[in-house]
Amino acid sequence: MNDLFNKVKKNLIWKSVFRRDYRDNVRDRALAIFGNVFLHLHPVKVRESAVKLRYTWGMGGITFLAFIILTITGVVLMFYYHPTVDQAYSDMKDLEFQVPYGVITRNLHRWGAHFMVIVVMIHMFRVFMTGSYKAPRQFNWGIGVILLVLTFLLSFTGYLLPWDQLGFWAITVGTNMGAATPLLGYQGPFSEYLHITPYNDVRFALLGGAIVGGNALLRSYIWHCIAIPLIATILMVVHFWRVRKDGGISRPQNN
Amino acid sequence: MNPFIEIITQPDNIAIVIMILMVSFFMVWAFQQAFQNDKLKSAGYAVDGELDKDVDTFKPLVRIELLISLAVMLFLTVWSIVVDAPLEEIANPTLTPNPAKAPWYFLGLQELLVYFDPWLAGVVLPSLIVVGLIAIPYIDINPKGNGYYTFSERKYSILIFSFGFFVLWLLLIVIGVFDRGPGWLWYWPWQEWDIQRVVYEPTRDLSNLVGIESRSLPGFIIGAVVVGAYMIGGMIWPYKYWQKKNPEMLQQLGMTRYVTIVFLFITMMSVPIKMILRLVFLVKYVWITPWFNV
Ligand code: HEM
Repeated sequence: MNDLFNKVKKNLIWKSVFRRDYRDNVRDRALAIFGNVFLHLHPVKVRESAVKLRYTWGMGGITFLAFIILTITGVVLMFYYHPTVDQAYSDMKDLEFQVPYGVITRNLHRWGAHFMVIVVMIHMFRVFMTGSYKAPRQFNWGIGVILLVLTFLLSFTGYLLPWDQLGFWAITVGTNMGAATPLLGYQGPFSEYLHITPYNDVRFALLGGAIVGGNALLRSYIWHCIAIPLIATILMVVHFWRVRKDGGISRPQNN
Repeated sequence: MNPFIEIITQPDNIAIVIMILMVSFFMVWAFQQAFQNDKLKSAGYAVDGELDKDVDTFKPLVRIELLISLAVMLFLTVWSIVVDAPLEEIANPTLTPNPAKAPWYFLGLQELLVYFDPWLAGVVLPSLIVVGLIAIPYIDINPKGNGYYTFSERKYSILIFSFGFFVLWLLLIVIGVFDRGPGWLWYWPWQEWDIQRVVYEPTRDLSNLVGIESRSLPGFIIGAVVVGAYMIGGMIWPYKYWQKKNPEMLQQLGMTRYVTIVFLFITMMSVPIKMILRLVFLVKYVWITPWFNV
């Protein structure tokens, strides 16, 4: 067994992938982190409390994991989905009855989305309870709040895509709120002074029309699959960067 | 089937049940650690984490991340095997479901529609929630309790945040999911929904309580005075109070911070106040103007 192990490790391909041996010493433990583009997100050394589950509950990391799972299952779903009024619903039926593993892919995406919303709220609660928004992390808390909103919006824009009664009416109810925006929604206070009508107000801009129809479906789709994930990814990069630049996971100042 | 079991086992509601369980668990864990640290500190010991040394990231942190990831993926896989995502009938613009509910995380806002007009419940209040959250680090100038769980060192900020988070956000969501039926009427989870049910609930406006028509000029003035008194009184009264009790704190806070904090706080408290006005006194509007109603 050991022999086989050594043979594999001496293999040219193995070496080209991992570049060097791992011996359990300080240098290699550090190299394992900054020699790897993914693990390199971490510092080489961390405070013990950052490793203890009871402090962070791993909630930020779990939120990120949920986002990755949603990206992967989402890409798979995109292969089978057309964002048109004619096809969207029957594509869902195909996922259910025709596509191999279609049901579980969709389930993972749906429950993963609920899960992400739950854990991001718990992450915010943890950060609040440990006072981690205090100096020097004020800005990163702000980034976090935007990420929270984007998480809600990701989930919300995905709601319409199956083009079933649930999503259709949830989006109808939700975007009707836009019509009530002061000044900019046609039912909102003061909007008559700006000559706002159902055809030029906020709701119209959200839906690409005065009703929830094909344009609204396309807009949801693009926000959901491209625009919001892109913005969220960029903000996550900043968020993680700032966690490190602000001195790593917060901890009691010992003085 | 028992309607209670039926409603909590609906596929999408299982997420809410999981949320309730997870949030309760972490709430208890957070406060338990907070009280424990408070005890340590008052006995003169270091709080949890204060004496920690640095450790290697590889492997302790990477190991625990791997384990958590596996556990989460296992959990989601089991969830996805056991429960299928629902797909309702194809969208039909002519067939309005009753009730038409927003996604669960927005149900707190939808619940506010019972008490506020849409421009407030759907636009102004949500925007203020976001702005208020972002503002927290800049208005909370208490330097204590940074980097560990504590309650005694940050009593007020924790109480206010918890009220907003657990009551005004999560509790309203739970009510929206489990207790709202057709016509957005209240149903206990074990009650059967009844589409025919109409509840005649006479409502009035605040000035009607003293016998003045709310859509008249005197009614308008009364409303304006009450709303104005709430906003302005809410600004001045705590100022006077703190000036006597703790003038240094006011000094440190400064005017901008003070006004922001108090504005956000009285806006937040207007939610429970309007709920009570509505539920106990059957008051719908406090102030009716030609442009908007509050
Ligand atoms: C998509 C959403 C989010 C992701 C993926 C994310 C991810 C993370 C991760 C991985 C960490 C490292 C520590 C930990 O795991 O707790 C972290 C820390 C932090 N997060 Fe988030 N987060 C998100 C949303 C938020 C929100 C909503 C807030 C607050 C409103 C927030 C505020 C913070 C702060 C202040 C820290 C530093 C905590 C400390 O040093 O103790 N984040 N985040």
